[in-house]
Amino acid sequence: MMPDLAAILSRVQTALPAAALALRRNPGPAGQDSLLVAPADLVAVCRFLRDTPELAFDLLSNVTGVDWPDPATADAVAVPAEATAPAACGFLEVVYHLYSTPRRVGPLVLRARTADRAAAVQLPSVVAVYRSAEFQEREIYDLFGVIFTGHPDLRRILMWDEFLDHPLRKDYVAPDDYQYEPTPHDAVLEKAKLHYPAKAES
Amino acid sequence: MAIDPKLAEDLKSQGVHVTSFESLINWGRASSLWPLQFGLACCAIEMIAATMAKYDMARFGAEVFRPSPRQADLMIVAGTVTKKMAPQVVRLYNQMAEPKYVIAMGACAISGGPFKDGYNVLKGIDRFIPVDVSIPGCPPRPEALLHGLITLREQIAKEKLLGRTRARHADPNAGAELPVPTFGPHDLEPTFNPDLWNPPAITRHASES
Repeated sequence: MMPDLAAILSRVQTALPAAALALRRNPGPAGQDSLLVAPADLVAVCRFLRDTPELAFDLLSNVTGVDWPDPATADAVAVPAEATAPAACGFLEVVYHLYSTPRRVGPLVLRARTADRAAAVQLPSVVAVYRSAEFQEREIYDLFGVIFTGHPDLRRILMWDEFLDHPLRKDYVAPDDYQYEPTPHDAVLEKAKLHYPAKAES
Repeated sequence: MAIDPKLAEDLKSQGVHVTSFESLINWGRASSLWPLQFGLACCAIEMIAATMAKYDMARFGAEVFRPSPRQADLMIVAGTVTKKMAPQVVRLYNQMAEPKYVIAMGACAISGGPFKDGYNVLKGIDRFIPVDVSIPGCPPRPEALLHGLITLREQIAKEKLLGRTRARHADPNAGAELPVPTFGPHDLEPTFNPDLWNPPAITRHASES
């Protein structure tokens, strides 16, 4: 059963009047609306959602990241319910899927956004509330470069420690090790052409 | 040292076996290949199936999977080799005692397979260790692995222990260890071992196709 986001939003705003939350509509076929949470309030909101008996979102099923180099695209996917000023620059977004196992409700989709994609990529870690976030936040740190402040053990989990890039960012360029392709086509052909010998003068 | 096959056959009928030292040693080596027990992905499941009763790799003397590279003769690279795993695979190969052989099992171990476009997938283990037999398939069926094993046995039976064309493990000048690639900031360093593998010369030109 999908959660009633408007009711949850008003309940959170009553309990935590200082928290900045906004409802985001999803016009796509999935129709999964979400709550956009300000990073500073994320841990408090998660704790409230988990500990309030009428909500009891006790399971963090999934944490994932999205890279939005163009903020207009992000607002087209998660449409703001009220007119808001668009973000000035691209940002990284982390999406949390919460479920309530006693009430059989979910997923409740939370979104949190970093300030930009270069320097201010910090977000608070929710490991203190949901232990299951530990490895998933490490994976997002590894592949997107979001730095989770307060994470107990923020290391790369898939790539090696010496690796510097974040492969799931849109502007990541994979290392060019296509020295040989038997039947290249499309993007691989373009890469393979870089390794072709120069045409001999005849 | 060639033996007249007809004479050898005559002697055999009298209970006398005549053979060369070389074929005796190769026969022993080919008939008791001990694979290193490790798998990297789904191909390993087919490798396990090949050792079980239905396919019974024991028929070919290769059922003794050893958990230590010191006791193994054969490395079956079964599965996708990620760049993070590649140095460990090369290190395991270095730790195996000579003579040692490598089977690259499945599309991933040969070339990267369906994950070839991935940033973290090694595009063929032959870039770092010498491969004796490649088994195509995704994953290859157990019969294909058995066929690869038999092919390797045939290769071992033809190995020369002396002379200019002798096998690598019989050559005292052959290098003992292969360089282990290190983790770089963007990719493995180096991305391949130029003594073993080099990009094939491409005859196409940039203006074509």
